[in-house]
Amino acid sequence: MTDTSNSQQTAAEARTPFDFAKWWDRVGILVVLAGLVLFMALVAPNFTRVDNLLNILRAISINAILAAGMTFVILTGGIDLSVGSTVAVSGVVAVLAAISGVPAPLALLIGVASGALCGLVNGALSAYLALAPFIVTLGTMTFLRGLAYTLTEGRPIVSSTLSFKALGSGYFLGIPIPVYVMIAVYVAAWYALERTRFGRHVYAVGGNPKAARLAGVKVNRILTSVYVIAGACAGLAGLIFAARVISAQPTAGEGYELDAIAAVVLGGTALAGGRGRIIGTLIGSVILGVLTTGLILLNVPFFTQLLIKGAVIIFAVSIDSLKQRPQIFTAWRKK
Amino acid sequence: MAPPLLQLDGVTKRYGATLALNDVSFELRAGEVHALMGENGAGKSTLMKILAGNVPADAGRILIDDAPASIASPADAARNGIAIIHQELNTVPFMSVAENLALGSEPRGRFGGLDRRRMRREAEEKLGRINAEIDPDRPLGELSVGMQQMVEIARAVSEDARILVLDEPTAALSRRESEQLYALIEQMRGEGVGLIYISHRMEEVWRLSDRISVLRDGTYVGTGAASELDEGEVVSMMVGRNIEDLYHHVSRTPSAPLLEVRGLAGNGVGPVDLVLHRGEVVCMAGLIGSGRSETARMIFGADPRSAGEVHIDGRPSVPRDPAAAIRDGIGMVPENRKEEGLFLEHSVLDNIAITSLERLSVAGHVRRGSRRREVLEKMEQLRLRANAIDLPVEALSGGNQQKAAVARWLMRDSEVLIFDEPTRGVDIGAKREIYDLIDELARAGKAILVISSDLPEAIGIGDRLLVMRNGRIVHEMPSREATEEIVMMHATGAATTTNSARQEVTG
Repeated sequence: MTDTSNSQQTAAEARTPFDFAKWWDRVGILVVLAGLVLFMALVAPNFTRVDNLLNILRAISINAILAAGMTFVILTGGIDLSVGSTVAVSGVVAVLAAISGVPAPLALLIGVASGALCGLVNGALSAYLALAPFIVTLGTMTFLRGLAYTLTEGRPIVSSTLSFKALGSGYFLGIPIPVYVMIAVYVAAWYALERTRFGRHVYAVGGNPKAARLAGVKVNRILTSVYVIAGACAGLAGLIFAARVISAQPTAGEGYELDAIAAVVLGGTALAGGRGRIIGTLIGSVILGVLTTGLILLNVPFFTQLLIKGAVIIFAVSIDSLKQRPQIFTAWRKK
Repeated sequence: MAPPLLQLDGVTKRYGATLALNDVSFELRAGEVHALMGENGAGKSTLMKILAGNVPADAGRILIDDAPASIASPADAARNGIAIIHQELNTVPFMSVAENLALGSEPRGRFGGLDRRRMRREAEEKLGRINAEIDPDRPLGELSVGMQQMVEIARAVSEDARILVLDEPTAALSRRESEQLYALIEQMRGEGVGLIYISHRMEEVWRLSDRISVLRDGTYVGTGAASELDEGEVVSMMVGRNIEDLYHHVSRTPSAPLLEVRGLAGNGVGPVDLVLHRGEVVCMAGLIGSGRSETARMIFGADPRSAGEVHIDGRPSVPRDPAAAIRDGIGMVPENRKEEGLFLEHSVLDNIAITSLERLSVAGHVRRGSRRREVLEKMEQLRLRANAIDLPVEALSGGNQQKAAVARWLMRDSEVLIFDEPTRGVDIGAKREIYDLIDELARAGKAILVISSDLPEAIGIGDRLLVMRNGRIVHEMPSREATEEIVMMHATGAATTTNSARQEVTG
């Protein structure tokens, strides 16, 4: 059929010349990272020292793990503002369990499970009651913070003999243990999103929930699952945090949800859902980590750090948005 | 003779390597309805976007009243008296009719506040000018699509539009609403407005237009007086070849009943009884809102049912959701391809494989090799080019998108297939292929239900025809005995002689 093959040809042909959008999709975020690393290596003293690089990796591990879970949620078009509070709750629960004599592996399991339970509440309310995730998680964010304060009676509970403190400060083969956890989380997340039926369904629900339902996807089940994953990731992050500060901190993780969202969006995942890659989130987290550490090494005052971080996020995201509208670039070229 | 109202001269537009419009010329006179025809992708939309000031032309001139006009923005277009009524309406559903009509030029009161009384009065005037009886206080979203379109036209007229472009205006209208629109078009023509009319419906094109111009693959093919052209000529201009018989009148031999529906009700529809046999294509006709899609969606588990039984091959099917109906062997290609059928940004591969992932995975792990191989097989069967497999499905033409939407049920090997308006917004070449496909599926022993508002199609492609009205099946006949008149009589209720039925037609 000549006419149909024509229309396909035009679609394919339109892509043959240099296509900024496609190019940026593939490597854009890496270009930003490479540029940033190069810049820091040139101007920041000691930036390229191995111990500094390892420190950056350890520093980003908590945010990167939160961002991995957040990626699942954002891919479905949702948002989870409660992960920062979940970090506190799960850390507190695990430390209290450990102090009361529960063996370390079980305490860790309880910590992750409490995070997953928080996610289950978020997911069930968003999916089955069809409440806006922004509002639901805003509510649970406050509720869970209150829970963390209640469990600790408002004070940090320090346990210098914390049974699982190696999770935060230990090394294995010269590399901090949180880095291994982070890598394991990303391998699992990548596998789940790219290689499993569940992952395809996550993308489908985010891409078009109505079409997903009519294609036989159990939309509510998928929606609930992604919040459980985000909660479990927050639980894991909370354990690492608690292990590093060897205490149950009711204030742990305040504002972390926003850093996690920033990493996901920096990594090219669309807030509208359906489009994005877990590897982008990892790179987005590294960019934020390199930026923060580099600015500290450069002795940039804290207030200025915030200005720069904010500006970088807006810059990176606006390039992502411009690529959706290539005519802006053609307009530039003409002028 | 007065100069033409609008002249396009050598208009050219490129998107990357694609020539969307190549040296196109077009002319519109005052008081003329000029139909613009062409398959999807022929360049009609691009031409309209240029006229609307949404995209700039790369070359060529636009003359209005013989004077060169620059249309660089939608505001320029409005200043030049150009108004476009899009397929997708540009209105705010939560706001009232009056508020929508005043949008952008709200009358101000003494202290800079909104002058609601004047806004309402102006709305009445604007609606009065096109003889539309619409309550200005009603929220726009409560009106039917046809009425909403009237409001859009009222706005265009109130802005003294002299050039009015109607892009497939009747695609979502009932017959009665269409008639109202035709009357309005006649009225505007009488007032000296130039109308560009884009439509795939041959019948109304001949009924309304003075001249017909045809585009094909971005180039201008020709223009002729409607009175001197016949359908066959225009179709061959559009496709560049002759299309013989679009519909199959070949006989199939339906065998055992496959889908049996008894007393199905819900959503104000029903009770509905129907039977589909293996190897049979049953078409469902009826006006918009007669309950056809609702019936299909209840069978498919997409909407809840309040009563009724569905059996497939003798086994009861009680789907809580589409996932369950799919497992029972039903597949549905929904009416709204873009909103409900496809994942536009996702690849053709993902769009086709979505329903079959269960079969294609082991403990949740997708076997990607066999997924790709099976998708390619189905694409080949549907004559979709293999190199489109990784393209986002939105990059395909309407017809090919529809094939992708069908392919997922072929992949799943569903026994009962429901097509809701399968050829809406699809060009003639692809229409033909979809009909062939439906025929092929029926011959392979599937049972097929086609909902169609395109009467020749509803009559032409099936074995049996059902007519729905007010949520019930009111008539059933073999397709070969059906005519458009008979179908319309039953669909509108004109065939019954009770008073209540008559009132439905007129009121």
